[in-house]
Formats: sequence, structure tokens, C-alpha cells
Amino acid sequence: MIRWRVGALNEGCVIVPLNDTASAGENSLIQLLTPSGVRQSSGDYDRWVADVDGPALQALYEDMVVVRRIDAEATALQRQGELALWPPLLGQEAAQIGSGRALREDDFVFSSYRENAVAYCRGVDFTDILRVWRGNASSGWDPFSINMATPQVIIGAQTLHATGYAMGIQNDGADSVAVTYFGDGATSQGDVNEAMVFAASYQAPVIFFCQNNHWAISEPVGLQAHVPIANRAPGFGIPSVRVDGNDVLACLAVTREALDRARTGGGPSFIEAVTYRMGPHTTADDPTKYRDANELEDWAAKDPIARLSVLLDSLGLLTPDFLAAVNTKANDVAARLRAGCIEMPEPAPMDVFKHVYSTPNSWLDRQQENYGRYLASFDSEPVGSESQKSSGTATEGSL
Amino acid sequence: MSTMTFGRAINAGMRRAMENDPKVILMGEDIGKLGGVFRITEGLQKDFGEHRVLDTPLAESAIMGTAVGMAYRGYRPVVEIQFDGFIYPAFDQIVCQVAKLHYRTQGAVKMPITIRVPFGGGIGSPEHHSESPEAYFTHTSGLRVVSVSNPQDAYTMIQQAIACDDPVLYFEPKRRYHVKGEVDESIELAASSMEDAHVVAEGDEVTLVTYGPLVPTARDAAIAASDEGISVEVIDLRSLAPIDFATIEASVRKTGRLVITHEAAQSGGLGAEIAASITERCFNYLEHAPVRVTGFDIPYPYSKLEFHHLPDLDRILDGVDRVMGRTNSLSGIER
Ligand SMILES: Cc1ncc(C[n+]2csc(CCOP(=O)(O)OP(=O)(O)O)c2C)c(N)n1
Ligand SMILES: [Mg+2]
Repeated sequence: MIRWRVGALNEGCVIVPLNDTASAGENSLIQLLTPSGVRQSSGDYDRWVADVDGPALQALYEDMVVVRRIDAEATALQRQGELALWPPLLGQEAAQIGSGRALREDDFVFSSYRENAVAYCRGVDFTDILRVWRGNASSGWDPFSINMATPQVIIGAQTLHATGYAMGIQNDGADSVAVTYFGDGATSQGDVNEAMVFAASYQAPVIFFCQNNHWAISEPVGLQAHVPIANRAPGFGIPSVRVDGNDVLACLAVTREALDRARTGGGPSFIEAVTYRMGPHTTADDPTKYRDANELEDWAAKDPIARLSVLLDSLGLLTPDFLAAVNTKANDVAARLRAGCIEMPEPAPMDVFKHVYSTPNSWLDRQQENYGRYLASFDSEPVGSESQKSSGTATEGSL
Repeated sequence: MSTMTFGRAINAGMRRAMENDPKVILMGEDIGKLGGVFRITEGLQKDFGEHRVLDTPLAESAIMGTAVGMAYRGYRPVVEIQFDGFIYPAFDQIVCQVAKLHYRTQGAVKMPITIRVPFGGGIGSPEHHSESPEAYFTHTSGLRVVSVSNPQDAYTMIQQAIACDDPVLYFEPKRRYHVKGEVDESIELAASSMEDAHVVAEGDEVTLVTYGPLVPTARDAAIAASDEGISVEVIDLRSLAPIDFATIEASVRKTGRLVITHEAAQSGGLGAEIAASITERCFNYLEHAPVRVTGFDIPYPYSKLEFHHLPDLDRILDGVDRVMGRTNSLSGIER
């Protein structure tokens, strides 16, 4: 186990040896459930999951199966032309469910585009996660309805928002926590580093949850960092852990610990969840251009769901009834997702002018009025190509 | 002459520039093995090596700032910004450093940096992937800004941009990457200037000015207008800063009518600059006030509505009708 605590905690800073590169293996990871499904101890992290009994383990399993199913269904919807684009989370279920299930309702999440499983934990309406990717809306949900900001596309920007939100929590004297999710690639952005400076300076109750899925589109994590990403945070005065991101129990444990630190005035924490992007960057990407198939095989052997099923089986909890119930739920969610996608109402042309400002704006009012007249002019004239105006579902795109 | 796609033409132009000058290096996200998300740099890392085609860490400000350092050291960096909407983290370096260093050092330090930006909409992408930020840069002294509209210009002008001792923003209309055209690779760079606007269709009643992705649309509009008996001259600006006003002026003196179209928002956009400058230069020749047909003053919309935002053939023709005093969508009201 490697763990860093610095600054206010006044303990020594343990630095991972330099030969332990940014993509290194499991030996330095917090891990409570091995890839082969064996429950093990890891330092004092057991106490953070002491309450996780059989039914709780089954619930985590169900969550991971359901979100994998959501992901597969959305990918299928994209392939069928119902979505313009989809960023799969395949392989990252444990990191997102383990951390997402640790949160309280009054905590607030600022994520990137890949955290659909976290949104699931926050109770998002399934259709809402598709609106943007179908091209039907500029965002999917009201952030305050589930205490989660809508996905951020500008890499790393959300880490600053989380830090500022946490500064607000601190000023209010509340004990909730802001949690920000971002990728390994994002750690190169100035925004992420500046967020850590602010978080440490104000000792803000914010958690930096980095999913190191080893790739930023085609760039391997080694291009972003020469040492484990978790090693950076102590330099900012932020304690960090490196956790097996495919171990749902360990992800739950380290997140609970960080939440507790934040709630009790201990300031920010950094979690590096070491996981793997099993799919393409998005449905527009072709990973065979840049990565080795062997890597996929290695990581398939560390699958987060498979290892939990082994544990459940060893506890006699992987019963046919349970599996059937999980399957029914996954099917049901997938069917609702699909129906919600296909039945989504089309936006009206004049919606383009909505929500730019919260109060009337004379420039825009005039343009809106003119465009209204323009569209109306097609009613009286036979000329025109209204058909060209409804684009249908777009077919291209990238993140 | 060979036929190639727009994207391929940029690739071939960069390849030639790299062959001719060992100081030319490429920098950007995913431009190496992947060849860029649009494959514009495909094969270049393989052929020139990792020291000339640099996959950079994911940080645009750092890419631009290190390009400045490379330029200090005598290199000619060609930076790829993955999408228009991701140029903003680099904005500070571009505006405060790239644009001003030559001025600040009284000419001692040159910034021969080319900044390639796939821009514009029409490809069904999510937020930040379809923007037209050119006016931020045309408003910044010290930068040259060009936008290409066809494979030949793409091929020639990328080389001219790289050879230029000033920093050049090179805007690539991403929705036209797959368009094919004839490219003469033996062309002499010195034989043309990237600052010249080109008349791409001749006419004598309306001057229609545009650039980048809307050039083909404007040509189609000219053909459609001629079916209705209106003669439209289409000008492809090519250079957005500086603008070749002499060419536009000569056309407007002939036609007396000016329509400008671009995807970018209207207010404070290039259309405003062109309308004002041409009005100043040849007010007495104008038969009608210049008309702008542009994107609305809104953040680029989600893809289901993008074809309402983007000027198209019909909207351009409506603008032509306005300057011609024909029935149009605003007939009967004073606008
Ligand atoms: C400022 C900015 N630059 C570039 C991009 C294009 N882009 C989208 S995702 C991505 C890679 C992100 O990698 P990482 O942070 O590891 O997250 P992951 O996609 O692996 O979840 C890039 C370069 C962007 N969205 N924003
Ligand atoms: Mg990543």
C-alpha cells in the first residue's frame, strides 16, 4: 500500500520509486478485491467498507452490470444512427460506481463526458444522458436536480468549478463535498494544476478523482506523466492515494475516506483510480490505429464485474435468482433508454435563440424576429428547401 | 496535376514544407501515430520521426507557449489545434506572446508559427467542435489570418503560411476535408500571395464575399441566382487579416451591391469590417446598403439545429434579393 499525507497532516511524504511509471502495475495500488476475486486487506482501508455486507455487494454488482448495459445500448444506438456520438465507459464501471455510491445527496459532482455511471448513481433520468449525444439539446439535465453538473467537454475545466463550489461550501459552514472527475490526459492542463493550488491554499472540501484509463484519445498516459499521477498531488500539499480502479470496494473505501477528510475540515484529497478504457475514445475513434490488442487482453483479465462475481459466488450470493433479477433490471433500463432516445421530441427551429441570455437582448431579439420572418416566407413562396433544414441525426463528430 | 482531398492537400503541403526546411516541426494532440483526429498529419511522424512530429501532452497553452520557445530557438512550429473550441486555453499565449513578440523586441525575434485550426460547423458534433473564432484573431494585431476553401489553396497556402516569418492562423473548413479537387504540386510559392482575394465566379449585379466553408455554398448561390436572372460575382477572401479590400472594391464599383456571408456570429464579425470598409471606400457606388448573412449571435447550437444557424443557399439568396430590392423575407419592414 502506498499512501501520501502531507501538509497539515504533518506526516512524511512517501514517494513511489521512479521506476514505477505512470502506467505501472498493481503493486502500489490500494486493492481490496484482487483480479481473481479474492477479498484481501489493504492497510486500514477495510474499516471504510466494514458495513458492506452481502446485499450491499450484490447492489454494487447490479449497478456495474446495469451501467455496462446502458453503455452498450448507447453504443448500439450510435451505430444505428440514433446518436451522433457516444463516449463509452466500458472497463471503468468500478471506478465510477465505487466512488459514485460513496457520495451523499448534498455532495456535488463536476465530471467530464465519460462519467455516465456516476450520473446513474446520482439518479439521472436515463433519457437525459442521451440528449446531448443525439444532438437534441445543449445539455441533458438541470444540475441542481441531481447535484451533478452536466458533462464538461473542455478538458480539465470542471476541476476549477468543483474547487470554487467547495470554497462556497466552506464559506457556508456546510459539510458537503465537491467531487470532480477527470482523466489522465486532463492532468496536463493548467486548469487542473491551478485547481489543486486553490484547493490546497483554501483547504477546500474537494475531491480530485482522476480515472487513469491509460489513454487520452491516442496518447498513452506515459506521454502525460513520468511518475504515477497520484505522486503529483503531494507537491501541491494534497494527500493522495492510488487505487485499483477496477476494484469497486477499494474505490468505495478510498472515496469514503476522502469524503470524511473533507467533511471534517481536512481539506482536499486526490484519488488516482488506475483503470483502463476498454472501448474506443468515442464511437468516432478507431483505437486499432494506435494501441496493441495485447493490452486489451491483459486488462480484460482484470475486469471489474468478473472479479466481483467470483467473490459473490464464493459467498454463495451469485444465485440464479439474483442473476435473473439483475438481468431483468438491465434489460428494463436498456429498453427505457432506447425508448427515451427514439421518442425524444425534436427541437423546434426557433429554439436556437433560447437561453443565450437570462434577460432580453436587443441584438438577439432582432435576429430572432428576422429569422422568424424568414422561415415564414417559405409558407407563402413555393421556392425554398425546408427539407435541407432538418438535418436528421448527424453522423460524424468527435470529442 | 493530381486529384486529392482537401485534407490530403494540407498533408502534402506540410510534407513538402518539412522536406524543404528541417526547421519545420509539427506539434499537437494525437497528431503522431493517429495522424490527428482528422488524419491531416497521417504518416508524417512515421516519415519524419518523433522529433519533428510531436505528440504533445494535453495542454493547449503549453503547446503554444513551447512553440514560442521553439521559434526563439530558430524553429518553425506548425501547431495543430484539435478543434476550434479548444484554442481558448492557448489564447493568452497567442494574443500576448505570439502576436506581440516581434513588436516587443523591435523586430529582433520572429514568430514564424503556423496555427492550424479545423473550424466551422456542419458535421453534427457536440459543443466546442463547430465554432468560427476567426474574428478574435483578426482583431489581434500581429497575427495574419487565412482561411482556405479548396485543395489547391490548401496545398499552396499551408506552405506560404509556414514560410511566412509572421505568425499565421490557418483556418481549415473541417466539413470540406473530404472534398476532392485538382492540385498542381509543381506550383511556385512565390507566384501567388496568400493575401490576395480571388474572384471565383464573375458577375456584375451583386458582389458576394465569403471564405472557407461557405465558398462552395456561395458559388451554388450564384448559379441559382443566375437561373433567376441575377448576376452574382463571388469573392473568396482567402486572407482574413489583412483583407484584400482592393479586389472587393473593384468588384463593388462594378456591381454596386455587396453581400457578405460567414458562419461566425454577426455582431463584431468580419462581415461588419468588410461592410464598413467598403462603404468608406466606395459609398457613392453602392445601390443598396451592404447585407450580412451570418450565423446568429448565439453559442454554436446543438447539431439538430445547426442548419438553422448556418447560412445556406436559401439564406444567401434571400440576402441577394434584399440588395437587389426584390421581394425578400424582410420586405415591407425597414430593416
Ligand atoms: C481543451 C481541450 N482540448 C482538447 C480536447 C479534445 N479531447 C477530448 S477528450 C481528449 C482526451 C482526454 O483524455 P483524458 O483526460 O485521459 O480522459 P478520457 O477521455 O480518457 O476519459 C481530448 C484531447 C478537449 N475536449 N478539450
Ligand atoms: Mg484517459
